[in-house]
Amino acid sequence: MVSPIKVQSKDLSVRYGSVEALKSISLDVYANEILSIIGPANSGKSTFLRCLNRFNDNQPNFSFKGLLTIDGQNIYADGNVEMLRKRVGMVFALPIVLPMTVFENVAYGLRRHGMKDKTQMESIVERSLKAAYLWDEVKDRLQEHAMKLSGGQQQRLCLARTLAVDPEIILYDEPCSGLDPISTAKIEEAMLRFKQNYTQILVTNNTKQAARVGDRTAFFLMGQLIEIGETKKLFTSPVDRRTDDYISGRFG
Amino acid sequence: MIKNAYTREKLAFSILFLSTLVVVLPVILILIYIIYQGWHAISWDFLTQMPKRGMREGGIFPAIVGTLWLVLGTLIFALPLGVLSAIYLSEYAKDNFLTRAVKLAIINLAGVPSVVYGLFGLGIFVIFLKFGASILAGSLTLAIMVLPIIITTTREALDSVPQSFRQVSLSLGVSKWETIRRVVLPHALPGILTGMILAVSRAAGETAPILFTVAAFYLPRLPKSIFDQAMALPYHLYVISTQVPNIKLEIRYGTALVLLMIVLSLNLVAILVRAQFRKKRKW
Amino acid sequence: MQKNFNGKLVKEWVIERCIYLSGIASIIFVGLIFIFLAKEGFSLFKTVSVSDFLLGQKWYPISTPAQFGILPLIVGSLYVTLGATIIAVPIGIASAVYIAEVAPVKTREILKSGIEVLAAIPSVVLGFIGMMTLVPWVKNTFHLPTGLTAFSGALMLAFMAMPTIVSIAEDALNAVPKRYKEAALALGATRWQAIWRVIFPAASSGILAAVMLGIGRVIGETMAVMMITGNAARIPNSLFEPVRTLTATVAAEMGETVRGSDHYFALFAIGIVLFIITFFINLIADLAVHRKLK
Repeated sequence: MVSPIKVQSKDLSVRYGSVEALKSISLDVYANEILSIIGPANSGKSTFLRCLNRFNDNQPNFSFKGLLTIDGQNIYADGNVEMLRKRVGMVFALPIVLPMTVFENVAYGLRRHGMKDKTQMESIVERSLKAAYLWDEVKDRLQEHAMKLSGGQQQRLCLARTLAVDPEIILYDEPCSGLDPISTAKIEEAMLRFKQNYTQILVTNNTKQAARVGDRTAFFLMGQLIEIGETKKLFTSPVDRRTDDYISGRFG
Repeated sequence: MIKNAYTREKLAFSILFLSTLVVVLPVILILIYIIYQGWHAISWDFLTQMPKRGMREGGIFPAIVGTLWLVLGTLIFALPLGVLSAIYLSEYAKDNFLTRAVKLAIINLAGVPSVVYGLFGLGIFVIFLKFGASILAGSLTLAIMVLPIIITTTREALDSVPQSFRQVSLSLGVSKWETIRRVVLPHALPGILTGMILAVSRAAGETAPILFTVAAFYLPRLPKSIFDQAMALPYHLYVISTQVPNIKLEIRYGTALVLLMIVLSLNLVAILVRAQFRKKRKW
Repeated sequence: MQKNFNGKLVKEWVIERCIYLSGIASIIFVGLIFIFLAKEGFSLFKTVSVSDFLLGQKWYPISTPAQFGILPLIVGSLYVTLGATIIAVPIGIASAVYIAEVAPVKTREILKSGIEVLAAIPSVVLGFIGMMTLVPWVKNTFHLPTGLTAFSGALMLAFMAMPTIVSIAEDALNAVPKRYKEAALALGATRWQAIWRVIFPAASSGILAAVMLGIGRVIGETMAVMMITGNAARIPNSLFEPVRTLTATVAAEMGETVRGSDHYFALFAIGIVLFIITFFINLIADLAVHRKLK
């Protein structure tokens, strides 16, 4: 790997009151790669993801130890959470479209960040929808209510909305858990193409998906990072027996 | 044994049904009775003329205008305060002692007797702040009284907007307030509107809080500023039905009918807004 | 750009301060209400002792020497409240059970709108209607010298407390998980048995809250009670005599007092008594609701 380190986690521990959600996680994410994070429910993988855009900040009793950097800068050091979230986009498990038109969904972030120029906005919306492989399906339906799209289309709309604010990193929190195989394939196709421009972290329950799209894969168990490595290597010859047990379906 | 259980069920259900009837039937009878007795009195003149000859003749125009002023004043104070307070509770408050105290305070405000609001308004607005008995003092008093209504309905409306909308907006780097303003408030608007109408209806019908803060016994002219006293419909009804002898029944019933119609039509609008909102909701 | 950004930050900072301030406004208002009642009300106790005030049997505020014993008023409020509670609680809870558990959906909506309408009718209108219909009826039926009695007030207040009791009790009944009822029915219980043995006990704290808030509503009611209970400030011997409640006394007499007189202070002192009573009633209701949630 010649890519520079984009995200670095050093001894990251997270607690919710007395519950220890993450135990001393240290890992690096390289620029322009897709890192898959797998692990059973409550293994801490979503918690880790939500640390990266500081989505845990408002959880009750959230406490945090260790260091989390993007491009070498401690993201918890400065108070501007909004700037961070603009750089670090997130796609959620279920497609959450805002109750407005298709166009307004994608333009939402742009408007909030102060864009007024209409032609510029239209071109970004178009570019984002194209990148999310949705443009051809919705180009004549931009003024329709977004809730009218199918589930798969909605999730790609969410992807386009995330792209529109021009992030550097995209976090996916089990993005295909509610989708059919065809929609899933379209999302995965988009993710693979995004590697040119974005660093991506994918949390998934679906080990096959992790194997399909991840350059590297990390395995979390009960708040600990058990193993991280090249996806192919992790899936064919895992070092830790627990990893082997999980990917061969013996638990989780 | 089984048959016995079913007989008992039938008996119990009949009693429950009768009890409900005892509550609801009089409501219908009262409405019919007031409409029947009062509608003769209603005329254009009755609604738009000054009262004459010690309220024994003429119309109720200044009372209607006074009530409108009061309601408007109440809204100006209570609406922003109530909505912001609801935003605080639904969006900002953490689960701590302060929040618990705020909630308890709201429950208490809802439970304070209306006449105590009257005393409070007299003590603070009329005397301490030297507004005198005026529309301003009355509106402020009514505003504090209806605050719990606005807070409760607004909170319900805010809480009905899915959390996920907020999450999406925040994840795009939009600030918390912008998120509330752009994603949460627009979709809570019909609910807030409902609360506002209910508050107006309550403010229009209350008598005790305005007794010592604004209400004029007999003032056959329109208020010129917010520092003027004013007549108001509910107090006017009280006055002509208990304080002034020999007033034609027709005028009393007519006044009651006008007040009732204002209040009930406001409630009807609130119910319609709410129903429309529930039907149109897309999530 | 940077400047614009700062401007936005300042704007949001200001708005969020306003939100916090509005958030605690309710506490401030409750505090202010108490302070302003106390400010005027406590002045009375310079001349009249607390026990003479609360337990004195004579309320002669404008004779010389004036007497400020509010016991007759407390008893008046108590008569009317007790009477109203005895009538309203069983009927109100029965209606709530009928609406929540028995009535078919369409009927339920109609009944609920009926109750909502009742809640919306201004108390002065109900007082007026009570004067015109209920009062003569009580007079004729019970052959009394006047129909302006505690009984008339109790009847009217029972009616006025219904929306509070019914809607809150109905909420409590609806909050009982459906599976409780289904489990009871699966075991062969009739619907009534399921309601009586399972749902009702499960909703009991919510129903207690409904009763408490209903009582609070009755104690605080002013206009209707002033118009139909006869306003005689003496301790009654039965429900069929005129009484004067705490609220009616304040409403009826404040207009005639001189600011700063003992009479004026005494009416504020009555306000304190009312405030404290309703405060505790609401507190109990709130505790009952929270017990339910645990």
